Amino acid sequence: MAETDPPLAEAPEESGTVERVEIELLLEGIHRLYGFDFRAYAYSSLRRRLWHRVYAEGLKTISALQERVFHDSACMERLMLALSINVTAMFRDPGFFLALRSHVVPLLRTYPFIRVWCAGCSTGEEVYSIAILLREEGLYERTRIYATDVNELVLQHAKRAIFPLAKMQEYTANYQRAGGTRSFSEYYTAKYDGALFDPSLVENVLFSQHNLVTDRSFSEFNLILCRNVMIYFDRSLQNRVLSLFHQSLVTFGVLALGRKETLRFTDHESAFDSLVQNERIYRKLGPGR
Amino acid sequence: MISIPPHDTPRYTPDEPEEEEERMTAAYDLVVVGTSWGGLRALETILKELPASFALPLVVVQHRQAGSDDTLARLLGAVTSLPVAEAEDKALLEAGHVYVAPADYHLMIESTTFVGPRTKIGRPSLALTVDAPVGFSRPSIDVLFQSAADAIGRRLIGIILTGANSDGAEGLMSIRDVGGMTIAQDPASSESPAMPRAAIARGGAVLVLALEKIAPLLVQLQSGMARPAIH
Repeated sequence: MAETDPPLAEAPEESGTVERVEIELLLEGIHRLYGFDFRAYAYSSLRRRLWHRVYAEGLKTISALQERVFHDSACMERLMLALSINVTAMFRDPGFFLALRSHVVPLLRTYPFIRVWCAGCSTGEEVYSIAILLREEGLYERTRIYATDVNELVLQHAKRAIFPLAKMQEYTANYQRAGGTRSFSEYYTAKYDGALFDPSLVENVLFSQHNLVTDRSFSEFNLILCRNVMIYFDRSLQNRVLSLFHQSLVTFGVLALGRKETLRFTDHESAFDSLVQNERIYRKLGPGR
Repeated sequence: MISIPPHDTPRYTPDEPEEEEERMTAAYDLVVVGTSWGGLRALETILKELPASFALPLVVVQHRQAGSDDTLARLLGAVTSLPVAEAEDKALLEAGHVYVAPADYHLMIESTTFVGPRTKIGRPSLALTVDAPVGFSRPSIDVLFQSAADAIGRRLIGIILTGANSDGAEGLMSIRDVGGMTIAQDPASSESPAMPRAAIARGGAVLVLALEKIAPLLVQLQSGMARPAIH
């Protein structure tokens, strides 16, 4: 907390409610005790996830959750997972992957070496999708994919390369609609109820922990994918993360957002132009703009 | 379905005096609508009857397949002069605009942000998530309605139309709990009665109305012709 912030006791709540104060205190405490700052997360979904956690822990109030989170780091780990995990699917939005093949792959071909950043990669479904796409386009050998997430647990999951077998029917359909050129089952081996993906797909993938809220740029990329991650952030944090992406892209580097995210009304609208408008694929403009 | 408790939270009041004045003449800030099976025709019936001067934003969840594109918004846009579009993340709610939840996302209403360690209430906007489906639905009507109840409070109108499951019953109850106006389509006039029936059984519906009576009531409500007598 900045030194200029008034102490909480000095300004009585005008119309504050207990729950609101509980959430403020919980997030302040998590920031101070564990270093994770969730105060720039979108409030409605954060509130919903907190209440889910309250019930899952068998508790009744957010302050009861605070008591447990502050004194039990295992409880913090569970909360961290609940707050940061993003549910995704392989080749989610097939139209997006089609557009990658038709509009982005030709740009990538012009580079001798390609760096891709999957920011907020969660359990890795998108990383494997991109790796498959780049392999089929003959680009994988000269690509390095940096797959990052704030949460160490989901990264471990992503590295294991095992996804539920029950999902393969959906993923196969997505893959085919995304312009896949082979049989999707070539990429995995069925084992019990899991699908184990070809380990060579992650040979050029570096999984590592990175916090978009606090960490800095760590390389220069030709393509950054950050789809349906920033919807969990408020506008100010979105702007900060977009600055980070802008710094981390080469000139004419490509930024891919989720289907219903937009650069409009952000601080960075004029720093990018639209490469594929309806798929929210943008290209960083050169300096002098 | 976990029910997130509604609570008496402070809610948005505009800074601009003119906006505040305009707002005092209206009793409501937002209409939320949930429907599934048969919803397209029911929504068309309502939108057709709303005048171009209709001033409340209208946010719609219609259950549909994950891969759907913006066809629904285009079909609805064709029957009304109100602007209709798929909801985009962080878009501010505009008077008289109709927002349709995109396929495979939850849609929520947002009015709170953090400024330093404290929360602040601002103008309501749309927020998307890809959290797990609720009761097999994404978008979920309950998720929209509960977030709207929390963000808007009693200046909210919730409507459950025709549909084949019970999504929205909890959400409509949440809106009623914070003092909002709640309407269920008369099951007898519904292409698929299960959804309004579940909402009524849960106790969330203040009014049960035939489909063609809903739009005229919305016009009355938004013009501040008082909270209606319950008939």
